[in-house]
Amino acid sequence: MGQTILDSFEQAVITESPIIACKGIQLTFGTGSAKQKVLNDLSLEVRSSQIVSLLGPSGCGKSTLLRVVAGLIEPDAGEVTVDGELVSTVMPRSAREKVSFVFQEPALLPWRTVWQNVMLPCQLRGVHKKQETTDFVEHLLNLVGFQKSDWRKFPSQLSGGMKMRASIARAMSTHPTILLLDEPFAALDDMLRSKLNDLLLAVAMEQMCTMLFVTHNIAEAIYLSQAIAIMSQGRIAERMEVPFSFPREAGLRSTSEFAAFYGQVAESLSRGNS
Amino acid sequence: MNAPSNKSIKKSTNKSINKWITYLAPVLVFAVVATVWHVVVVWLKIPSIILPSPIAVMKALWLERLVLLKASWVTLQAAAMGLLCSAVLGSLIAIVFSQSSLLRVALYPYVIFLQTVPIVAIAPLLIIWSGNNFRTIVLVATIISIFPVIANVTSGLLSINENLRELFRMQSATRWQMLTKLRIPAAVPQLVLGLRISSGLSVIGAIVAEFFVGNSGEYDGLGTIMTARQANLKTAELIAALMACTCLGILLFACVNLLGATLLRRWTRTSGFESDK
Repeated sequence: MGQTILDSFEQAVITESPIIACKGIQLTFGTGSAKQKVLNDLSLEVRSSQIVSLLGPSGCGKSTLLRVVAGLIEPDAGEVTVDGELVSTVMPRSAREKVSFVFQEPALLPWRTVWQNVMLPCQLRGVHKKQETTDFVEHLLNLVGFQKSDWRKFPSQLSGGMKMRASIARAMSTHPTILLLDEPFAALDDMLRSKLNDLLLAVAMEQMCTMLFVTHNIAEAIYLSQAIAIMSQGRIAERMEVPFSFPREAGLRSTSEFAAFYGQVAESLSRGNS
Repeated sequence: MNAPSNKSIKKSTNKSINKWITYLAPVLVFAVVATVWHVVVVWLKIPSIILPSPIAVMKALWLERLVLLKASWVTLQAAAMGLLCSAVLGSLIAIVFSQSSLLRVALYPYVIFLQTVPIVAIAPLLIIWSGNNFRTIVLVATIISIFPVIANVTSGLLSINENLRELFRMQSATRWQMLTKLRIPAAVPQLVLGLRISSGLSVIGAIVAEFFVGNSGEYDGLGTIMTARQANLKTAELIAALMACTCLGILLFACVNLLGATLLRRWTRTSGFESDK
């Protein structure tokens, strides 16, 4: 009897333990009088398969935090663990494999076709010749909405939205458990943005991905995530759980509940930055 | 569909007129300059040794056509070979520079030296070392045309988009992968840019070298012809040879442009060209 309780307790601890954990992150850019505190004793936890949005004004350190979690920037103090492993700029290849990044711009290589661009991460890992890899990349390209005839197109032949779709497919091509997104849809119009929000959710649900999503668009943050972390001056000012269930209903954005929660978030955001 | 309105007809005729002007204007300028030139020569009774009339030049061009064509071919080979050496050697040096900032700092001043050294001054030295031959001419053409390749390709290899670099770092890409999969392909547009500048320089280099190598019997390039015509005070033929030099420069430049357009097709291809897959 006691054994079972302990088991279920352990189970609970395992599922509840965060897949991304940031503790007391400090980061300063520049030296001397140009010194600027970018991250200031920041702590954040994201649980497995959760989608968390980082919301905040420009320059509050959102993108920097994302790069610290990705192990691209070393913090001055504090530690980040991803799936229990300590993140650093010199971490081994095996530790990096779990995390993938989608940049603000599509960042496709102009000399490679869509197919070759999506294949790139697999190629860098030397798994691009495996049948399962090509099958999966085919599946991903279909999932993000590429016709087979478009696979051989070059980025210069694609629209902004299509480039972003390719960029998302590329980020997913190595089966990451964590997807970090740095305002990927900031440059797109509203119609396309909501279309790609749905696409991103579909991809995340299918691949059971944990996502940390940086944006300064409140509606997007609410629609996409289970929790919103409001950032201001290098720290998390407030964390709000989003009261809507998944999968999202089609008309969610036009409901009065959505508008009310939007108001709450906007208020917290302005409070955090006053 | 409706018939095109008057306005659009007017617009399209305007466009075709514009096209004609683009072709016609330079020809017109040439005609005016030649006429003025001819009038001045006849009117002021300028001796043909100093300035022959354009008609005399045209006549010389026609009479010397075979000699000039043969000489142009020889010079073109030297210039093209020099350009090729610049492209290969320059790119290799740039790759070395991109891999080590220490080497870059240590060697860059000497690369600039290549750019600033008066080629006329070192050509005689090179002839002493390398002899009165084709090799020396290629060497001079290479020295004079290599700098733009090194400078452009180095900057192309080093100025990689931050996000792309992060993308490769996220995959723990090796230095070699970073070089072959990212830096080198990303530097191709810069290589083309460098080669465009170098193409004109390589022709200059070949001709200057030919001035010095002189008539050795086995080798008669445009530069050699020009020295000979100058010595014989055959000014009309000299100007004819000069025209051949210009044409050669334009030809090489056009070839490089064509090559560049082919290499960069992927970068510039827009959705309008889908059918040529």
